[in-house]
Amino acid sequence: MFNVLGNQSTVESLWRRQDWFLTATALILTTIGSVLVWAATRPRQLALEADPNAYLKKQLMFTVASVVLAVVVSRAKYPLLRAYTPILYIAGLVGLLLVLLPGVGQETNGIRAWIPLPGGFTLQPSEFAKLAIVIGMALVLSETSSSTAEPGNREIFTALTVAAIPAGLIMLQPDLGTTLVIGVTALGLLSVSGASARWLLGLGGGAIVGVVTVMAIPGLLKDYQKDRLTVFLDPNIDPLNAGYNLIQVKLAIGSGGLFGTGLFQGPQTNGRFVPEQQTDFIYSAAGEELGFVGAAAIIILLFIVVWRALRIASQATDRFGRIAATGIACWISFQAFENIGMNLGIMPATGVPLPFISYGGSSLLALWMAIGLLQNIKMKITD
Amino acid sequence: MNERSTHRLVILRVLIISLFVVLLGRLYSMQIVDGDEYQNRASDARVREIVEPATRGVILDQMGRTLVGNRSTIIVSISKTTLDALEDNGDSVLKKLAPLLKTSAQSLRDKLIVCGTEGAKKPPICWNGSPYQPIPVAKDISIDTAVQIMERQLDFPGVSASSQTEREIPNVLNANLAHILGYLGPVNDEELADRNGTDHELQRTDLIGRAGVESYYDDVLRGVPGITTLSIDRSMAVIGTLSKTKPQPGSYVVLGVDAALQRVVEDQLQAAINRARAQGFRGDSGAAVVMDVTNGQVLAMASYPTYNPRIWLDGVTESEYNNLTSESSNAPLTSRAIQGLFAPASTFKVITTAAAAQAKFPLGSTLYPCPSSIEIGNRRMENHESHAYGNISVARAIEVSCNTVFYKIGYDMWLRDGGNSPIGNPKDPIEKMAKQFGLGKKTGIDLPSESRGRVGGRTFKTDQYAKFKDLWCYRSDVGYPDIAKSDPVRAAYLKALAKENCVDGGIFRGGDAANLSIGQGDTVVTPLQLASVYSAVANGGTLWTPHVAKAVVSADGKTVTTVKPKVRGKVKISTAVRNYINDALQGVITDGTGKSPFYGWPQSQVPVAAKTGSGEAGADRDPTSWFASYAPANNPRYAVVVMVSEGGTGSLTSGPSVRKIYEALFGVSGSSVDPKNSVLYNAKPSTVLPTIASDGAVTKVGGTQIADATLIRRYGRGN
Repeated sequence: MFNVLGNQSTVESLWRRQDWFLTATALILTTIGSVLVWAATRPRQLALEADPNAYLKKQLMFTVASVVLAVVVSRAKYPLLRAYTPILYIAGLVGLLLVLLPGVGQETNGIRAWIPLPGGFTLQPSEFAKLAIVIGMALVLSETSSSTAEPGNREIFTALTVAAIPAGLIMLQPDLGTTLVIGVTALGLLSVSGASARWLLGLGGGAIVGVVTVMAIPGLLKDYQKDRLTVFLDPNIDPLNAGYNLIQVKLAIGSGGLFGTGLFQGPQTNGRFVPEQQTDFIYSAAGEELGFVGAAAIIILLFIVVWRALRIASQATDRFGRIAATGIACWISFQAFENIGMNLGIMPATGVPLPFISYGGSSLLALWMAIGLLQNIKMKITD
Repeated sequence: MNERSTHRLVILRVLIISLFVVLLGRLYSMQIVDGDEYQNRASDARVREIVEPATRGVILDQMGRTLVGNRSTIIVSISKTTLDALEDNGDSVLKKLAPLLKTSAQSLRDKLIVCGTEGAKKPPICWNGSPYQPIPVAKDISIDTAVQIMERQLDFPGVSASSQTEREIPNVLNANLAHILGYLGPVNDEELADRNGTDHELQRTDLIGRAGVESYYDDVLRGVPGITTLSIDRSMAVIGTLSKTKPQPGSYVVLGVDAALQRVVEDQLQAAINRARAQGFRGDSGAAVVMDVTNGQVLAMASYPTYNPRIWLDGVTESEYNNLTSESSNAPLTSRAIQGLFAPASTFKVITTAAAAQAKFPLGSTLYPCPSSIEIGNRRMENHESHAYGNISVARAIEVSCNTVFYKIGYDMWLRDGGNSPIGNPKDPIEKMAKQFGLGKKTGIDLPSESRGRVGGRTFKTDQYAKFKDLWCYRSDVGYPDIAKSDPVRAAYLKALAKENCVDGGIFRGGDAANLSIGQGDTVVTPLQLASVYSAVANGGTLWTPHVAKAVVSADGKTVTTVKPKVRGKVKISTAVRNYINDALQGVITDGTGKSPFYGWPQSQVPVAAKTGSGEAGADRDPTSWFASYAPANNPRYAVVVMVSEGGTGSLTSGPSVRKIYEALFGVSGSSVDPKNSVLYNAKPSTVLPTIASDGAVTKVGGTQIADATLIRRYGRGN
C-alpha cells in the first residue's frame, strides 16, 4: 500500500509541498532552546572557569545535524522507511539493553539512561526508542486488509508488544517519565488507528492500576523515586532534598512576572539555584528571564507544532501516515505537558526533556527525525 | 479513512488543546497573579545583608567633657556554622584557641550556645543572636594574638579577629552620673518586630538605650548602620553587590549637666546621707537636684544609692541585675530624683501660701494664731515638736514652719467649700494651686520612667473611691478571714475601716484638707518636681519643662539642634505674693528653720531663699528630710533641692549639703564670695556649646583644661 515517491520529481515541487509553517515553528523553538541553554549554562560554566559557550556550541551542532537528518528522512520513500524501521527499532532495543549493562550505561540522578561516547558526548537510546515505537506501531497497525478496516486483535497485540518491549527496558533504568510518554503515545496512536473502545478502556484502566500498584507495593520503587513522584504535591514537606529543586524552579518562574528579568539577567538562574537547569528545568530559565510573554510563547509554539502534526494526520491519505503523525503529536504534546507541568509544579518530577528546548543531542535528533517524517507524510498528501 | 478514526482524532485534538490550556492557565497564575509573592520569596532566598554598625554618639557635659564615649577593641569571633561543619564540631579548634585567649575551651563553647537552647548558660554568657552570624567570644585581644589568629587560618577555621567600637565611660572628675546617663542593653524580640521595616530598624545584636539619656536620646545617638546587600548563589558564595550604604555615626548629645558640679552634688548627697545616719536615722536613700530657674536646665542631679554604670558594658549577669533592683540592696537602679515619691511636707507651704493669697486670706502683717495643736473634726493635729509661737504672720509661719497656721487656713478653705457636704464646684484653692505648680503630673523631663506623683485633694479622693468602692464594700461584708486567723484585732480594725470607706470613702474631710495644707497625707512629689516648684517661685511663676540635654550635634559638627526650653505652665501668682513668699523664704535662712546650716553665710551678697521639710513617712519610718531652695533671691538663677529619705529634719540633714552646693556654685569660702572659685566655668552655666569638628574632635568651652586640673585637685580622684 505504500506509494513509491517516484512522481515527486522536481526539487521545486518538494519545497512547495512541505509544511513550511511546521518546519519554521520547530526551528524557532530549537533556536529559543539553544539560547536558553546558553543562558542557563553560562553562569555555572563561568563559576567552573570553563568555556561559558560550550553548551551553546554543542547544542548548535546538534541542531545542524538534526535538521540535516530531518531533510534526509523527509525525502525517504516509504519502502525505504519500512526497510529501515526494524533496523532503527532493533538498534533502539540494543541501545536500551546496553544502557542497562554495568560499565556501559551511565547513571545520572539514579537513572541509567546514557551511553557515553567519545568526545564528551552521550547517547540516550530511550529518546530514539520513542520514534522507533511510533513508526513500528504505525507499521503494524496500518497493515490491515483495507484502508477503512479497523485493526484486529492480532495487530493490536503485535503493536502493543512493539511498544511494551522498549517501554519495559526503559522502566528498568528506571525512567518513569519516558515510560509514561510512551504509554500515552501508544494509547493515542491506537485510538486513532480505530482500535475498539474495549481495548482502549482496558489499556487505560490497566495503566492506572499499574501505576497505583507500582506505588503501593513496597520495594518496587526506591524511596527517592517515590519522593520525586509525590513531592510536587507539596515541595515544602522536604525543602532541602527532593523539594529543593521544585521550590527553586517555582521561585524562578514565579518571579519572572510579565516580561521577565531579561536574558542573562535572572538572579535565580545566574545564582545557579536550579540544578541541571539546561535539561529538565530549562523552562524555569524561560519563565524567569523571558517572563510570561516568553514562557507562554513557548507553549504556543509547541502547540503549533502539535497542531500541524494533527493536521497532517487528519489529511493523510494512508493509514500509516495518519497513525504515525498522530503518534508524533501525542508524543510531543504529552512530553511537553509532563515537562512544563513539572516546572510549574502540577506534575510529578519525572525527568523528561522539553521537546526542542532542553539541552541534549539524542532528544533533538529524534524530534527532528519526527519532523522529517511528518514532512514526508505531508508531501504524500498533496499528490 | 474510516469514521471511527476521524472521530477519535477529533477527541484527541480536544484533549491536547486542554493540556496546553492547563499549562497556560497555570503559568498565568504563577507569573501574573502570584508573581509578586514569588518574587519576594525568591529575593529573600538569594540576598544577604551585611550590617556595619554605626558608631554610637558621644555624650558630653556642658563644657564638652566626654561623659560616655567609645573605644575600639579587638574582638575574636567564631562562625558557629563553620565549626559545626567540622568533624569534631570544632573541639580541636577551640582547644587550640583557648590558650591564646587565656580561657578554657569549655568557656568558649559556652559562649557559642544560643540563649534559651539546650545547655545554654544564662546571659550574658550564652549567645543572644542569630547562630548564623559570627559570635564574639573574646575582646580586648592584643594585636599579636589577632595577627596570629588571622595568619593561622588553617588552624583556626571559622575564627576571626576584628576591630569593634564599644561604649566607654571615662571617669570624668570622678562623677558617677549613673542615673542621668542610663545604660544599654540587648534589644528584645518585641523591639525588633516593632521597628522592623521602619527607619529605625534594629539588628538582633544591637544594643539599645534602656535608661537615662542613652534611652531617651537613643534614636539620635544610634546613628544609621551601613548595610551592604549582597546577592549570593546556591552555594552561598557572593556573586555581586546590590547596594551599599556607609554607616552614619550617631550624633553627639551635649548635656546641660556640668560634670564638676555633678561631682559636688553627688558628694554632698553622700554627706547628707552620712549625717542622717550619724544622727541615728536610717537614711536609706536620697536625691539632689540643681536646676537653672531661668530655663529648666538640669545642671546636676544625683540619686542615692547609686551603682557603677560600667557594670553594663560587658552585659550584667542575673545576680548583678537582681542586686540593682532588689529591695534588699535598696534598688540602686531607681532614680530617686525622678522616680522616688515622697510627701513634700513643709516645703509645700509655699503652695498653700500662694493659694491662701488667691483665696483672699490676708498676708502682710495679719496675724494668725500658732498654737501647739488644733482640733479638726475629732482629730488633734499638732505642730512639729508641739511648738507654739503665739500670733504670727504667714511669713513668720513659713520661717518657723508653724503647721497649725496652715492647718487652719486649709481647714477654713474646706469649710468655705461646704465642709463634709461640699457646695457645687468647690474652690479647692490648694489642690488647684498645687496642680498649677505641676504636681500630680510628670514634668516631662528628657529622661524615661519619670513618676507623676499626686496631689492629695478632693479629686484624688473621688477617683480613689470610684476605683476601690467595690473592694471596700466587699471587705466590709466579708472582712479579712485570712488575717483574722492570726490577728483578729487587726482584722476587725481593717473591716471597720473598709466599712467606713465603703460608705463615705470618697469624702474629702477636714483632716484631709489640713493634711494637704502642709504637704502631708496623700500628697507625694519627686525631688525633681519640688525643684521645679521652687524654680517657679523663684522666676515669678514660669513652669519650665526640665531637661538634662542642651543640644544634639551631628557627628560632623555641622548640624546643631539646641534643646529649646519649653514653658509647660504659668502659675497665677501676683508679683506682690511672689515677693512676699520670696522674703519669707529668705527669712527661713536668716531667722528660721534654715538658719543653722547657713550660719555665717554671706546672705547679703548671695541671698538664699529656702524651706525645710520633715515629712512623715509612716509609723515605723523616720521622717523625710527636705531642703528646697533657690538663689540668689534678688536675681534667682539656681534651684537646689536635697532630700534624704528617713533622714530626719531638713535643717540638720539636708541643709548643710545645700549650703555646700551653693558654695561651689558661687565660689563662697567662709563668708567671702569669689566667682573665680565657682565650680562652674565663668561662675555660671555655659551660654555656648562645645564645638565639634568635622572629624568629630571636641573643643571644650573656654580654657577648661586648666580649670579641670584645679577641679580635679579639689574634687577629683582620691578626694
